[in-house]
Amino acid sequence: MTQAQDIIRAAARRDIRNRWWLSAPALVIIFLAAIGPLFVVVLYSVMVKGDYGDVKYWQFSGQGWFEVLFERDMFDNTVSFADAHLSILWRSVKLAAITTIVTLILGFPTAYFIATRPRHRRDLWLFLITIPFWTNLLIRTFAIQEVFRNEGLLNVALMRTGLIDQPIQIMFTDFAILLGMGYVYLPLMVLPLYASLEKFDFRLAEAAADLYANSSRVLRRIIVPMVMPGIVAGSILVFVPSLGAYVTPRLLGGGKNLMLGNLIELQFGQGRNWPLGSALSISLTAIVMLSLLVYVRAASKTEARHG
Amino acid sequence: MARPYSVQRQRGFTLIALFCFVLLYLPMVTLVVYAFNAGATTSAWEGLSLRWFHAAAANERIIDATLRSLTIAPIAGLIATVAATMAALATTRTAPYRGLTFKYAFINQPLMVPEIVTAVALLVVFSRVKIWTGYSGLGYLIAAHTAFCIPFAYLPIRARLETMDLTLERAAADLYARPWMVLRRITLPLLWPGILAGFMLAFVVSLDDVVITEFVKSAGQETLPTYMLGQLRRQTTPEMNAISTVFLGLSVAIVTLFFFLSRKTD
Repeated sequence: MTQAQDIIRAAARRDIRNRWWLSAPALVIIFLAAIGPLFVVVLYSVMVKGDYGDVKYWQFSGQGWFEVLFERDMFDNTVSFADAHLSILWRSVKLAAITTIVTLILGFPTAYFIATRPRHRRDLWLFLITIPFWTNLLIRTFAIQEVFRNEGLLNVALMRTGLIDQPIQIMFTDFAILLGMGYVYLPLMVLPLYASLEKFDFRLAEAAADLYANSSRVLRRIIVPMVMPGIVAGSILVFVPSLGAYVTPRLLGGGKNLMLGNLIELQFGQGRNWPLGSALSISLTAIVMLSLLVYVRAASKTEARHG
Repeated sequence: MARPYSVQRQRGFTLIALFCFVLLYLPMVTLVVYAFNAGATTSAWEGLSLRWFHAAAANERIIDATLRSLTIAPIAGLIATVAATMAALATTRTAPYRGLTFKYAFINQPLMVPEIVTAVALLVVFSRVKIWTGYSGLGYLIAAHTAFCIPFAYLPIRARLETMDLTLERAAADLYARPWMVLRRITLPLLWPGILAGFMLAFVVSLDDVVITEFVKSAGQETLPTYMLGQLRRQTTPEMNAISTVFLGLSVAIVTLFFFLSRKTD
């Protein structure tokens, strides 16, 4: 009897050991070319800045982290808040939040529309959302640029019709970054919303309507609470890449309208301040991880509530 | 005549939805249309022409960048798919074991950390390694691409595996098939659509990558996206539209294939 148990236990152990060997290549590659380097960045953030970029090895300092929030005056050594960094941080959070809200307002009706089509036509509509989703981000940003630049489609059309006689400057503003990010990340909002809405049982809405709820009340009190996991998932999926956006602000925002991603690049490029760049990178990662944690919490809570 | 009442109807939703579809496609359609412009600008239409496609096809730097992209994407996609298939076999169809959650977190990590952070982290490490080893070839780009392609390849493979139970494998083993034989004759053929879908996702993701490539590449290692990134900051000619159109066509073709492949497996 115990011998049989031993054999089963040994087989289970062997199975688990085999499973570790099987997953080893993926784990090693990701460790070498993704996670490991992140730890190096953590280390770099507490080292002394090198004169021409890089760091002075094994000389530690909190300067990098200090500079994330504060700056020391060159002449009288007084400490003040680093307004430049704080305003970029604030702009990043603000633009990411507005992008999330705008894509939610536009994406919810879109996902709802797809989910309420007859079953055989849903796939086609969904396909139309998937194509921009898998189209190169750069091409989509370029497409937006083509529409909104001074000699672009919009301005030319408006001038032809005589509504304006000077092109409206949209490119290289915060508004352009918003337009670009909204455009680029809209499919990321629609897809998880659709996944939730598709599972929604419309008999619940019917029951509410039978009890004299009008359509906006059905939406607010029945549908929205039921698809909350999808709303949270979509919001996180848009917020996270918006916060770390690099390409869109670089192309549409021009030199002055930086976001966090561009500030980080600057420190590793012209800024030659790798410890500061590392500290900023970790701060960005921390914000993202925190949002993901909020998402996991929210998702498991709604799941528990609805069984 | 009023339409029959439907509980599904929400005022304005259809309008917003259709507006969104127009919004999504109008800029891309404009981009494609101007690729066929005979004129030298992307503002004024001067007639239909293929001149910018010819110009792009004759541009050495574009050819060079395209060939490099088409070298990296299949290699990275292939390695990522093999690693992801093995990882998927190791993390599905089992009772939870110690380390399983750790593996999930590890494999999905490239999706969770902002790309710019991974990019600078790789810059920091690889620039050191390049000095130490003196090697500055395509290996770094392939390694970086493979790492962030793994989670994309892993997702459809794992999804497919979870719909397959172990009955057939057990039956084969009962008939004295060796584990290797079971894998080759039962598991892999059944898993094939998932593997193919995973490879295509990995391929597209590698082909599209800008940020990580921009930071990892050594001098003279432009890929098509990093070349485009460099060009887009200047005044562009319809040549860029032409490249984008071809690129777009390729992505659409792969996604369409993927779409039908994954639908057939349902």
